[in-house]
Amino acid sequence: MLNQYLILSAILFTIGAAGVFVRRNLITILLSIEIMLNAVNLTFVAFGRALGSAEGQIIVFFVMTVAAAEAAVGLAIVITLFRHKESLNPDSFTRLKW
Amino acid sequence: MGSDALFYAFGAIAVVASLLVIAQRNPVYSVLLLIASFGALSGLYVLLDAPFVAVIQIIVYAGAIMVLFLFVVMLLNAPHEDTVYDEHVHPLLRPGPMRFGAALALAFGVELVWALTRGGSSGEFAPGAVSSVASIGRMLFTDYAFPFEVTSILILVAMMGAVVLARRD
Amino acid sequence: MTPLLIAQIGLTLFVFVALLSSAAVMVYVERKVAALLQQRFGPYLVGPKGLLQPLADVVKLMFKEELRPKAADALLFGLAPIISATCAFAAFAVVPFGASTTLFGLLDAPLRLQVADVNVAILVIFAIASMSVYGIVLAGWSSNSKYSLLGGLRSSAQMISYELSYGLALAAVLLVSNSLSVTEIVNGQSGSWWHVIPRWSVFLQPVGFVIYMTAGIAETNRAPFDFPEAEQELVAGYHTEYSSMSFAMFFLAEYINMVTVSAVATDLFLGGWHGPFLPESLGWIWFLIKVGALLFFYVWMRWTLPRYRYDQLMRFGWKVLLPLSVINLLVTAAGVLYFGL
Repeated sequence: MLNQYLILSAILFTIGAAGVFVRRNLITILLSIEIMLNAVNLTFVAFGRALGSAEGQIIVFFVMTVAAAEAAVGLAIVITLFRHKESLNPDSFTRLKW
Repeated sequence: MGSDALFYAFGAIAVVASLLVIAQRNPVYSVLLLIASFGALSGLYVLLDAPFVAVIQIIVYAGAIMVLFLFVVMLLNAPHEDTVYDEHVHPLLRPGPMRFGAALALAFGVELVWALTRGGSSGEFAPGAVSSVASIGRMLFTDYAFPFEVTSILILVAMMGAVVLARRD
Repeated sequence: MTPLLIAQIGLTLFVFVALLSSAAVMVYVERKVAALLQQRFGPYLVGPKGLLQPLADVVKLMFKEELRPKAADALLFGLAPIISATCAFAAFAVVPFGASTTLFGLLDAPLRLQVADVNVAILVIFAIASMSVYGIVLAGWSSNSKYSLLGGLRSSAQMISYELSYGLALAAVLLVSNSLSVTEIVNGQSGSWWHVIPRWSVFLQPVGFVIYMTAGIAETNRAPFDFPEAEQELVAGYHTEYSSMSFAMFFLAEYINMVTVSAVATDLFLGGWHGPFLPESLGWIWFLIKVGALLFFYVWMRWTLPRYRYDQLMRFGWKVLLPLSVINLLVTAAGVLYFGL
């Protein structure tokens, strides 16, 4: 049973990683990062259940708070970038390229 | 028996919803599909005897973080995919970096599955006690008190950072 | 198919029908009380004393034409009232409304008068309250009209701001009662001190009760916090473009949210179904009386107080109510430690 949960979370993590690699829209990239964090949460809770300790749930608590903080700051950065150039494509922010 | 069927049902919803999140062009639909995926994950947490984490997932992720995403998408009137690439070809099928990225993600997935299932077979979960909210709270305030306090400072810093960054000046 | 299972299914259906009829009753009560407060008659033509007015309203709403603006996003436009109504009904599922009963000995095991008995019930109520923001925000966005979008964004910003004080007031109740299950919290409020004052939580934390009711009124977008849907300001806010049954669903969701907030306040602060002079098994009568009193309070507030302007409303939520609820939590924690409750 643990293996099935781990495979599921591996699939979810891969989907999130594919979203970050492939999509060229800043908001979708942030959403894919959230998918990856959720896959990690699922792994923690599954292991916590398999090993019979509550520590899995406690680490999930911290991961969720960190994900919330990171989403807030990430979205603030997206808003600032959008105000400069009316675009959400990460390839269009090339001013620092040499 | 019933819990196996529920696991496959919730797992299927989570995987399909996540696939649609990265495949949708409209950001509003992506956010709503991700909320559906979070709901399915919350069901999986209930199956894993973690009701507290399940409800916190709905309150924090689906009820707060996704509302934030939705607000930003609506206020920016976020455009759909960029126009540097050809609009008519779906993002996951475009040639060049995107196809390579998709292949890379697939290879990554295969490697993860292989690594995680190498540890031998695992049967059913041992019938353990459902850790109550009281025991989680006790552990949070005794063993993990330092990360708890540091996390609250982290949230304060993130809040200040978000306000400062998004200010119009 | 044990008798208990049949009784539970019957209970679920009964709660559903009762919520629907409570919305209809609230329509009549609101109009009649509003009229009496404004020294006029109110509905009196349809049926004796106007009692069939809600029926006439429902029939009218069913026969209206269902409009959809051409530029509206069809999927989200249809989904938004469904989300609102579903979350409103779902929040009532974990609220108990009476003591466990055996239905005059027909059942062998006592049936809890609660659709789902979860031992993290308070958190579930809070979770579903935070999901109901989506109905409003999607309604505002998908209508593709400026009044709707502004009303939807303002309304949802108001709801998520007041959720914080709502949650902290609930947390103070948890400190005193040591359990997350609503049934256990109610059972902890039975009995009385010195045989005179009932052991209700409202006497232990009056400030918490006031904060909870204020945040509840703001959460359900009722006056004096109903700026986003005020008729003089934004036409009708997020439900401007809706008509017929979709509008009826938003209407229904608002009234059922009111009933849920009143029911949860009754269970957590006013002792639930415990009361003098009646045996435990008839406790639901006391529950109905208390919920009715709180709903009358809601209607009374609407037609007495002027509404807050939007920036005054947000300032009140963040700068007054939130610090007050944090102080309430601190004082309650200090009291629990010192008095060893």
